[in-house]
Amino acid sequence: MSIALPQTLNKALEPFLIIVGSLTVSMVLFGAFVASAGADPFEVYQTMYRAAFGTSFSWQNTLIRAAPLMLTALCTALPGYLGLIVIGGEGAVVIGGLFAAIAALAMPSAAPMVVLLTMALAGMIAGGMWLMIPGLLRHYRAVNETISSLLLNYIAIALLNHLVTSTFRDPESLNHPSTHHIGEANMIGLIPGTDLHWGLVFGIVACVIAWFLMHHTVFGFASQIAGGNVRAAQIAGLPVGRLVLIICFVAGAAGGLAGMVEVAAVHGRANDTLNANYGYAGILVAFVARNNPLTIIPVAVLLGGIRASSGLLQRAHELPDATVLVMQGIIFLVILFSETLYGRFSRLQKQGVS
Amino acid sequence: MNDGAPPDLQTLGITKRFGPLTALKDVNFRLRSCRFHALLGENGAGKSTLVKCIMGYYHPDEGTISLDQQQVTIRSPRDAQAFGIGMVYQQFTLIPNMTVLENLVISKAKLTPIINWQKEEHQLTQFMEKMPFKVPLTARVGSLAAGEKQKVEILKQLALQNRILILDEPTSVLTPQEADEMLGHLRAMTLGRQLSVLIITHKLREVAAFADDVTVLRKGRFVGSGKVSELKITQMAEMMVGSEVTAKPKQRNERLSKVPKLVLQNIRVKNDIGVEVVRGVHLTIHEGEIVGVAGVSGNGQHELVEVLAGQRQATAGTIHVHDQPYQPTREKIMRHKIFCLPEEPLQNTCVGRMTVAENLAFRNFDVEPHAVGGWLMSRPALCRSARGLIERYNIKPPYPEIPIQSLSGGNVQRAVLARELSADVEILIIANPCFGLDFLAMEEIRLQIVAARNRGTAVLLVSEDLDEILELSDRTVVMFNGRLVYETASPGADLAVIGRHMTGHAT
Repeated sequence: MSIALPQTLNKALEPFLIIVGSLTVSMVLFGAFVASAGADPFEVYQTMYRAAFGTSFSWQNTLIRAAPLMLTALCTALPGYLGLIVIGGEGAVVIGGLFAAIAALAMPSAAPMVVLLTMALAGMIAGGMWLMIPGLLRHYRAVNETISSLLLNYIAIALLNHLVTSTFRDPESLNHPSTHHIGEANMIGLIPGTDLHWGLVFGIVACVIAWFLMHHTVFGFASQIAGGNVRAAQIAGLPVGRLVLIICFVAGAAGGLAGMVEVAAVHGRANDTLNANYGYAGILVAFVARNNPLTIIPVAVLLGGIRASSGLLQRAHELPDATVLVMQGIIFLVILFSETLYGRFSRLQKQGVS
Repeated sequence: MNDGAPPDLQTLGITKRFGPLTALKDVNFRLRSCRFHALLGENGAGKSTLVKCIMGYYHPDEGTISLDQQQVTIRSPRDAQAFGIGMVYQQFTLIPNMTVLENLVISKAKLTPIINWQKEEHQLTQFMEKMPFKVPLTARVGSLAAGEKQKVEILKQLALQNRILILDEPTSVLTPQEADEMLGHLRAMTLGRQLSVLIITHKLREVAAFADDVTVLRKGRFVGSGKVSELKITQMAEMMVGSEVTAKPKQRNERLSKVPKLVLQNIRVKNDIGVEVVRGVHLTIHEGEIVGVAGVSGNGQHELVEVLAGQRQATAGTIHVHDQPYQPTREKIMRHKIFCLPEEPLQNTCVGRMTVAENLAFRNFDVEPHAVGGWLMSRPALCRSARGLIERYNIKPPYPEIPIQSLSGGNVQRAVLARELSADVEILIIANPCFGLDFLAMEEIRLQIVAARNRGTAVLLVSEDLDEILELSDRTVVMFNGRLVYETASPGADLAVIGRHMTGHAT
């Protein structure tokens, strides 16, 4: 037993140190970048902090941005348990939002609660089926799921653009082709006492459920076997194909729910604002969180904060709009690189044994 | 080095410690030029540590290594190669998705920036013609069976022109004929003053038949050394384990029932490259019976086991278990209790990074008490069950919460055995269960298999070790070229006839 405690401690310590280390390195690199753009990095970081977490207003702004990231991160994190790298969150958001809007428009006289539930179901089913496609292609035809899910993003966006400019177009949306508005009565309200909509609760609840599913249920255990060694899963008689499809569906459903929230809480209609890169940012969140659904929550808040600071950075330091995307990109690269560091720190390894 | 005979290799007072553990203590050992030397000892006796010191993988804490009485320092396997010392490891070091030719070429110490494949192929074809055993140069290594891979490993060392060849249990994957043939050729090369051979083995028969000298280690210490011609097998075994070994007769019950448990009809299977390698297998296994499938590796046994294990689909044929059609779904596996001990258990049936407790639960994680209500995993229950199995099957180290990949090969095998035997198994599919295990672990696992048979389990034992099949099985069938070509009761089986069928020279 004496060996068990330091080992588990160590197991948690290594990723923690590596992730904190890579975030620090990213900050240094980004600091150098803003310095080269003529701003003082320390002031920039101060501004970012203020803009993201300084006041209750900035907190709310951050959390609103974090909410969809929690859901889209699950699009990558859940298939990760099976060893799949799915980057189709963007497509799932778009398809989920589109079908949620269509569902709402199909039932003009229903009670708002019914409409919202139907929208959520429609968005989740549509997003889930959408991400099942890479799962199907992967399991039955051995098509690389990373490539197919990426390409499906573009198909989803094209499909959205096609439908909002033709069948479902609101004639009054002249410059910005959109569907009709789902109706103010059908919008998701705010969490009482805040300016936050319920999307944040959906995100947190979805992450907790996903974590529980993967770590405390028979289904999650079977998925971990299949993800760790397909041959072992086959000998155990596990239905690997079914696991792949279910996981991809659940992952896509999370993305679809994010799309539904965007429509029902923010825009009121489906249009190209659905395609706001939440899906791609979600990949980053999942990578930083090492696919752990619980870790996704704080990481999404952190990234939401970075994104929330964009406007103030522009105004206070005259940095271009895309600056926060540069930071996001730097973090992504550094995190990817840090994957090569696991198991390299002999001191950490030895602590575990002695 | 001199150009004539290979150099005389000697170690003096080698001591190697790993933390508090002393793996080798003051070991003196001498491999004379052009001799065939066997290194004997149980697992943990320090044989592997000693050869790893010679190969430069480990650096001994004390002691020296000399070649032709000249002290040398070997820092790495690359140094060893420069001295003409090469090693064939227990685990394969070939690149599976490259061909035999490519594997042989890239292992050369010096590669030109541009490889002239035609020239290399020509040279290696010529080299291959002089070799005692042949492997097609164009075959992809991944598609070769274990026995053939082992041959490529040996050919690789010979192609590198190493003069001292160290082999770590090279025959564990070969048939007796293959083993005798290979050892015979290695011996001929030592007699021809081309090679010195140091072989680590557990098989005393091979030592008696082929080796000139033998050195025995026990618990990291030198126990004895001598000429094989002056020693009896019992003396060597005694040196190994420290007391007289009496081969325990496997206690078996009389078989009372004739109930067929597993019936295979006309099973046909294709391998990875689409070649039909199992070509119509018919076999019935009864309650309380061990049927041994003998055969030279690569005659379809591997694929047949994969079909029964659920890792490959048969292209034709039916499997009946308890008179019902059988597909390897989890539900049917559990209902019929048909379990499997495949070769290379860590790669085949474990998830290396999951814990021992988790790996032990692969068969029953979804039932009470591990799954409360059939869906909620209970870690404490998992650990409790694991502790029980760890204690009963003597798995070391006894920690349920460490990744299974940190266990030694023998302990992984024990863990898998514990998992597959624990649930009142009714039909057991076994492939090469003792590959790479030491004497005691092997004996223990064989006793467990026979004990399962005595409880009524029907056992299909696929093994490349004929002795193992004859020791354990009630019936022996011989697989050749995808078919079962010969069947005999194991007691009193005629080895010569079996051997002829294994090599396809029955008529």
